[in-house]
Amino acid sequence: MNLYAVRAIYAFEMARTGRTLFQSIVSPVISTSLYFIVFGAAIGSRITEIDGVSYGSFIVPGLIMLSLLTESVSNASFGIYFPRFSGTIYELLSAPVSWVEVLLGYVGAAATKSIILGSIILATANLFVDVQVAHPLWMLMFLVLTAVSFSLFGFILGVWADGWEKLQIVPMLIITPLTFLGGSFYSIDMLPPFWQTVTLFNPVVYLVSGFRWSFYENADVSVAVSFGMTVVFLLACLFFIRWIFASGYRLRS
Amino acid sequence: MHPAISVSHLEKTYAGGFRALKDVSLSIEHGEIFALLGPNGAGKTTLINIVCGIVNASGGEVRVDGHDIRRDFRKTRSLIGLVPQELATDTFESVLATVRFSRGLFGKPRDDAHVEKVLRSLTLWEKRDARIMTLSGGMKRRVLIAKALAHEPRILFLDEPTAGVDVELRKDMWQIVRALKETGVTVILTTHYIEEAEQMADRVGVINHGQIVLVQEKRRLMRELGKRELRVHLQEPLDAVPDSLAQHALQLAADGQELVYTYDTQAERTGITSLLADLGTAGVRFNDLTTRESSLEEIFVDLVRKKAV
Ligand SMILES: Nc1ncnc2c1ncn2[C@@H]1O[C@H](COP(=O)(O)OP(=O)(O)OP(=O)(O)O)[C@@H](O)[C@H]1O
Ligand SMILES: [Mg+2]
Repeated sequence: MNLYAVRAIYAFEMARTGRTLFQSIVSPVISTSLYFIVFGAAIGSRITEIDGVSYGSFIVPGLIMLSLLTESVSNASFGIYFPRFSGTIYELLSAPVSWVEVLLGYVGAAATKSIILGSIILATANLFVDVQVAHPLWMLMFLVLTAVSFSLFGFILGVWADGWEKLQIVPMLIITPLTFLGGSFYSIDMLPPFWQTVTLFNPVVYLVSGFRWSFYENADVSVAVSFGMTVVFLLACLFFIRWIFASGYRLRS
Repeated sequence: MHPAISVSHLEKTYAGGFRALKDVSLSIEHGEIFALLGPNGAGKTTLINIVCGIVNASGGEVRVDGHDIRRDFRKTRSLIGLVPQELATDTFESVLATVRFSRGLFGKPRDDAHVEKVLRSLTLWEKRDARIMTLSGGMKRRVLIAKALAHEPRILFLDEPTAGVDVELRKDMWQIVRALKETGVTVILTTHYIEEAEQMADRVGVINHGQIVLVQEKRRLMRELGKRELRVHLQEPLDAVPDSLAQHALQLAADGQELVYTYDTQAERTGITSLLADLGTAGVRFNDLTTRESSLEEIFVDLVRKKAV
């Protein structure tokens, strides 16, 4: 294991965030606040409570998830796509590192950023509504697992994409809708039965549900299932990335 | 001792089906400066990229200091530094940060003294805090060299290091390469400036259409393939080569002021004695004689042309 390399990549990626601090931290905070004002004020006046939790508090876990997913995917995908685009990837490919170090560096940094961001949003939310965390450790676990899983997914996206459009279209066309339709802002049993079943094919449902359970102890699906699905998704991404490096797919011609 | 690099029966067919390397075998010794020459698209970069781990080979074997580049990739890659042909830099980074990054990436602990030494040798020290995007093209090229030297490689690949670089930097580069050679570093360079190979290299390899055409010690190559030219500066210009001198394969040059005679240095007899005697008989008077050796460039162009037919 080349730990110096892991540290170099990690520090490099974190420094990149430092340079774009406004974009990476401030803008999600602003958009979260907007969500609170819009959703909280507009919808909250009609739906006062879901499962005994005030609507404003209810959407906090979903909001965090929304940012966590989009930021993890976009950070990690950009991190690996940019060197491919600019040509500096040559150095990574010629370095004495295996896919493990590359992942620890890139995905580690992307996940770290998302987790910091999630914490900031949680703190921001606390200013607007009353937030309780029933199971802090589980909460942290879901936070970390989700950040890592979707950073892995973003990494795959960054390796697959062969243009800026593809890089942006996947978060926009897949991640955002899945999050919005994944029960971030409502409870699944508010939907008609048919759509409830359809929703169960949406992996984000499990993330949001488990995450929300760690806050308010109410969940759309059981916590064990949530946890299991998250781990399955994470492992699937890991194996896929291992295959990418073994086959050289889009990295080595 | 194992050779620094040994390539055997290397094959590369790109995804599109193009066969860029055909059964390439090559051995490069420790501490030598090896110049890889060949026209555009010959396969130089492909060969280098395979050894460095950037491109996967389709067949054959590459060993670096006796280690297989696939099985022992950590070992082989940490021995190698690469200055790529393309100018690809981390635009937003500072010079110092990007060089430190390279050192870490190649598994070496931070060493500010070494990094400073490298930057100074490339006259980049003053620019250490500048963002790379603010540097000129030649400066960026220096940054790439600094990055390649950051982890103290034992083998250095320079893929056209002097393309688009001014005379000053080219001289600097030669200096650096010589200094590296002093410390036992093996240097493999590709270039289109034959002058460079001629000045620097211990051995020259010529590659064309993905095949190694020849590998030879530079001096021997120049001796064996080199043609010499004898120029006879005439007192009176001639309109045509006199018939009595027809057997000597002479050419008129400089508006009839010179007769040019080309001969092979390796031939049993060069024919100079009889030429000079015949010149006297024909009554051609001359006031000077000069000889000139063909350059590596001429040899190279000759070779490539021959193999092409
Ligand atoms: N990724 C690739 N996919 C398909 N063909 C490629 C690829 N890279 C290079 N080639 C082809 O392989 C051949 C050898 O290319 P290479 O870059 O090794 O040449 P070179 O000797 O370095 O040339 P130059 O002097 O122009 O740098 C060329 O015909 C090139 O078009
Ligand atoms: Mg090339």
